[in-house]
Amino acid sequence: MADPNARGRKTTGGASESRNSLHHRLNNYFRHHRKTLVSSLFRLLRTPVQTLMTLLVIAIAMALPAGLYSAVDNLRQLGGGIELNARMSVFLKKDASDEDIGELMAELETRDDVTAIIYLSRERALEEFRQASGFDDVLSLLDENPLPAAMLVQPSQQVTEDPAAAEALLHWLKSQEKVDDVSVDLAWLQKLHAFIDAGQQLALGLGVALGIGVLLVMGNTIRLAIENRREEIVVVKLIGGTNGYVRRPFLYTGFWYGVGGGLLAWGLVWVGFMSLGSEVQRLSALYQSGFTLHAPDLSVLLILMVCGALLGLGGAWVAVASHLRKIEPN
Amino acid sequence: MIQFDNVSKRYPSGHEALANLSFFLDEGEFAFLTGHSGAGKSTLLKLITLLERPSQGQVLINSKNLNRLHASQVPYFRRRVGVVFQNHHLLFDRSIYDNVALPLEVMGFPRGDIPRRVRAALDKVGLLSREKQNPITLSTGEQQRVGIARAVVHKPKILLADEPTGNLDPTLSAEIMHLFAQFNDVGVTVLIATHDIALIAPMHCREIHLQHGRLVGG
Repeated sequence: MADPNARGRKTTGGASESRNSLHHRLNNYFRHHRKTLVSSLFRLLRTPVQTLMTLLVIAIAMALPAGLYSAVDNLRQLGGGIELNARMSVFLKKDASDEDIGELMAELETRDDVTAIIYLSRERALEEFRQASGFDDVLSLLDENPLPAAMLVQPSQQVTEDPAAAEALLHWLKSQEKVDDVSVDLAWLQKLHAFIDAGQQLALGLGVALGIGVLLVMGNTIRLAIENRREEIVVVKLIGGTNGYVRRPFLYTGFWYGVGGGLLAWGLVWVGFMSLGSEVQRLSALYQSGFTLHAPDLSVLLILMVCGALLGLGGAWVAVASHLRKIEPN
Repeated sequence: MIQFDNVSKRYPSGHEALANLSFFLDEGEFAFLTGHSGAGKSTLLKLITLLERPSQGQVLINSKNLNRLHASQVPYFRRRVGVVFQNHHLLFDRSIYDNVALPLEVMGFPRGDIPRRVRAALDKVGLLSREKQNPITLSTGEQQRVGIARAVVHKPKILLADEPTGNLDPTLSAEIMHLFAQFNDVGVTVLIATHDIALIAPMHCREIHLQHGRLVGG
């Protein structure tokens, strides 16, 4: 723009040209980002009722899959918690000597997938049976102790949560020479895990479906926001606002809706779990279980907020891409 | 500064707004664009601000051929031109100050520079004391002056105005024209589209006269 023919001018133009250094432009760019981030939040807070209603729609859509997922996650705790059911009863052959048994126990102790072993000698087994059954008289008629020696093997947490690992341990135990039979209620564990897997799949499917719902809600909300600020968009474009400049406030609006929706969704699930907590506690006490309902923790909050932010930005982007182009000054 | 070479503009409807238009406006010139309504004045201004592209011919601003300007460069080009609109396009959701500051915000002027520049522009149009008010509280003439302040706040080299006195009485119109003359005095190239012949006659300025999209004088 420098023009040698400029007539007696002091400060026209020029100045803006020299500022166009990369550093200056980057500075401006980030300054506008920061400014828009804050101003779009304040714009939402200026219409609290409207904002809250939109946030609730997003929050409910996100709370459903999040709640289901957290519930299923609690069931996993149930699987690990009821260790007794996963305990393997290893019945030894009658001809197993004390040495054989000692060797087997030593070997079991070295295994990672076993946390505890309780040995039950034939005499001890008979004694316990006598006390528990009340067949005292009948037992005294027998010549010899009919009960085998047994070991109660407590698999590790990892094994109780993983049917394949449990199967492997079971197989190993059965293959031992001095082992007669192994009894374990694996089916129960497997059913629980199948149930948990199904629940997680359902949560995921629900999450995808409702995520699309959030995208659409966001798209529509941003479209309305664009319509409301039509005049401003026209003016900004007329005075040289770039597409990025025009787009930015709407993208940040979507971002805030998403983050706020995620936060609120977490709150809804948390309140739901808290209000169910005492009931579940009572129920599990009746079953003599130590099961307690765990409310979703901060990692769930983080996931919800990140997912919300992405959905919000995504929905806003779709709306901006399709509607902003149509608004051109005339 | 502003050069039209054989420019024609035909709208998709078939209406030919401009036909083989050529003229040159030197730097620092002050010219009026006149003609009956529908003569092509607005179209001519739209070609300079890239709201429209010519069907034929080329427009050069400061020796830069606008035909070669990519869409992504258009915003940056528009910043070099100040435009005053007939309906002034003010935003009623913010103060007068914020309206005038908008171009500086868009262009990313340093924050420290903005208040000084905005107040200088408002002072120039005589509305400094009302910077905090909403433009809706102003009269039409005053609103037009806010529009002018916004058009010149970033000190563009070219100032365009489309019927800036369209809704004003003669006294106010004369005041507005006086303002434009002042900007021209500091070297700004000014082009004003108007049909108010009585107003511009005493100013003895160059007149680009259009008739049915053709140049008939100037």
